[in-house]
Amino acid sequence: MILRVDGLDFQYRSTPVLRDVHFSVDEGEVLAIMGPNGVGKTTLLKCMNAIHRPSGGCVLVDEADVFRLRPDQIARRLGYVSQRAETGRMTTFDAVLMGRKPHIRWHVSEHDLRIVDSALKRLRLEKLSLRYLDEMSGGEVQKVCIARALVQEPRILLLDEPTSSLDLRNQVEILGLVRAVVRSHNVAAVMTMHDLNQALRHADKFVFLRGGAIHAAASRDEVTETMIEDVYGVRVQMVQVAGRPVVIPMDDTEERLLREHDHIHHQEYGISQ
Amino acid sequence: MHFEDGCIPAGYLRHIGRKRMIVTAGAVGMVACVLLAVSLGAVNIPLPDVLGTLAGKSASKRWDAIIWNIRLPQALSALVAGAGLSVAGVVMQSVLRNPLGSPITLGISHAAAFGAAVSVMLFDAGNMHSTGADAIVINNPYQTTAAAFFMSTATTLIMIGIARIRRTSPEVMILAGVALNALFTAGTMLLQYFADDVQLAAMVFWTFGDTARADWAELGFMSIALVGGLVFFTANRWNYNAVDAGDETAMGLGVRVERVRILGMLVASLVTSVIVAFLGIIGFVGLVCPHMVRRVVGDDHRFLLPASMVCGGLLLVLSDTVARLVLAPHVLPVSVLTAFMGAPAFLYLIIRGYRK
Repeated sequence: MILRVDGLDFQYRSTPVLRDVHFSVDEGEVLAIMGPNGVGKTTLLKCMNAIHRPSGGCVLVDEADVFRLRPDQIARRLGYVSQRAETGRMTTFDAVLMGRKPHIRWHVSEHDLRIVDSALKRLRLEKLSLRYLDEMSGGEVQKVCIARALVQEPRILLLDEPTSSLDLRNQVEILGLVRAVVRSHNVAAVMTMHDLNQALRHADKFVFLRGGAIHAAASRDEVTETMIEDVYGVRVQMVQVAGRPVVIPMDDTEERLLREHDHIHHQEYGISQ
Repeated sequence: MHFEDGCIPAGYLRHIGRKRMIVTAGAVGMVACVLLAVSLGAVNIPLPDVLGTLAGKSASKRWDAIIWNIRLPQALSALVAGAGLSVAGVVMQSVLRNPLGSPITLGISHAAAFGAAVSVMLFDAGNMHSTGADAIVINNPYQTTAAAFFMSTATTLIMIGIARIRRTSPEVMILAGVALNALFTAGTMLLQYFADDVQLAAMVFWTFGDTARADWAELGFMSIALVGGLVFFTANRWNYNAVDAGDETAMGLGVRVERVRILGMLVASLVTSVIVAFLGIIGFVGLVCPHMVRRVVGDDHRFLLPASMVCGGLLLVLSDTVARLVLAPHVLPVSVLTAFMGAPAFLYLIIRGYRK
């Protein structure tokens, strides 16, 4: 077991956001954290690498408690890719080299340069290595951010909605790369996602959050329509396409959501139906 | 994780080499400008004689006095002040993640002016000579300098204190700086309103940033502040790069963002405070130079910091020389010239395409 999250609680001011979250991940696994907007997926990710300090529980990476480590020690174990990719006047190579920060003391060594070069090749970014980030597309910048997390040489990659603003080609490419890297380097990845079908294609394990707590945890084969319906409040059908599970919202979903919206609207303004 | 197949990329090394060349060329240009500044003036001293004098071979006693007592300290003060203000501007813009971060916009310079005004008004530091070119003098310069330094440092601490209440967000720091700027400008105006003619003249005179005020001792103080600041900023260059990429990314890279932001602001403000306290307000160097340099070497602080230092030093030495010559025999305070040059340059940069 490479990662264990145990009894994690987090409060924002006095409002509980996460309650008793616990799961584990093994080497070579990709875990997807799923759930509706605002349920605490990003908060959970940020608690895992101590950007947020939880009010209870622990996160163990290779049995070491993350909250007892120094920030640079955490950065050598957990590589974090934030939802918002910032672009500045920096070349791809320099932006990725920044990922070596937890390892660099004063000078950049030849070893650091070799690692960055290798990561750029792995993510097929070598031709863009001297291109400035502010001249690149969203998909390319996202790959740079992932490369930066990779050169930290972490045990676990944390990816916050890595494909949220990308087109289909980039979604497939980036998730495929993450999966390949996790397998080939014997590390693990935890990512928050909204796209159920992409998650079912690329993740091995699923944690479904509802109301700040784990509603269900399942492997890919164990995910059921009921789990999805309970978490998202939407009726779905799971079908097999080319041997893979695909989630399709039911035809009456739109109509039902509109009815629910109207009902709430009428209740709010005291209009009798 | 293992990355064995990487090699040292020749293209990247060439790219880095080009940036190093730019910084080196700028540094050579800066030294050349200092020599030029020493050479030119009301009395022109040929460059070979300047070099000879600096090497210890005296050409004439008069020239010795001009070079060692007047021009060299002034040129070096311009160099140190320009370099310090520019580097402080880079760090303020980076840690605040705002293009308007500079000693002027954050109220540090105007706090110093307020401190000087208080010194003149309440401690009677201003005086008027009946004759001579310098009709108005600050007859107790160290008291005024100390007051200016105290006020600008206090402003920085207040700004950081306010920001800490709101988790050191850059926006809060900027807004607190703008509010304090307005407060100290109003405070200075109030003192000026009640000041007599001599005091008013002394207060206004102090605000004209002028490199001619510094002698060797003051240059020493400013140099210590600059070198100390540079060592600190250089040690933090990767932290500033990481903060540039966003707070969350920086934290993910093991950076203690809040600490980097507060210490960066504190040291940048101290460097600025020392310079402003000795020379008065010199605007636009801290704002414009970082923006100019970012266009050439990018946002990587490994190169941005030294390049900004060189650019700031170069620009202020040049401006100071022009300010001495343009209306000769009258000498303009360099701050007037930097504002006249800086504002259009800044507008040009905005029109060409705003960045950072």
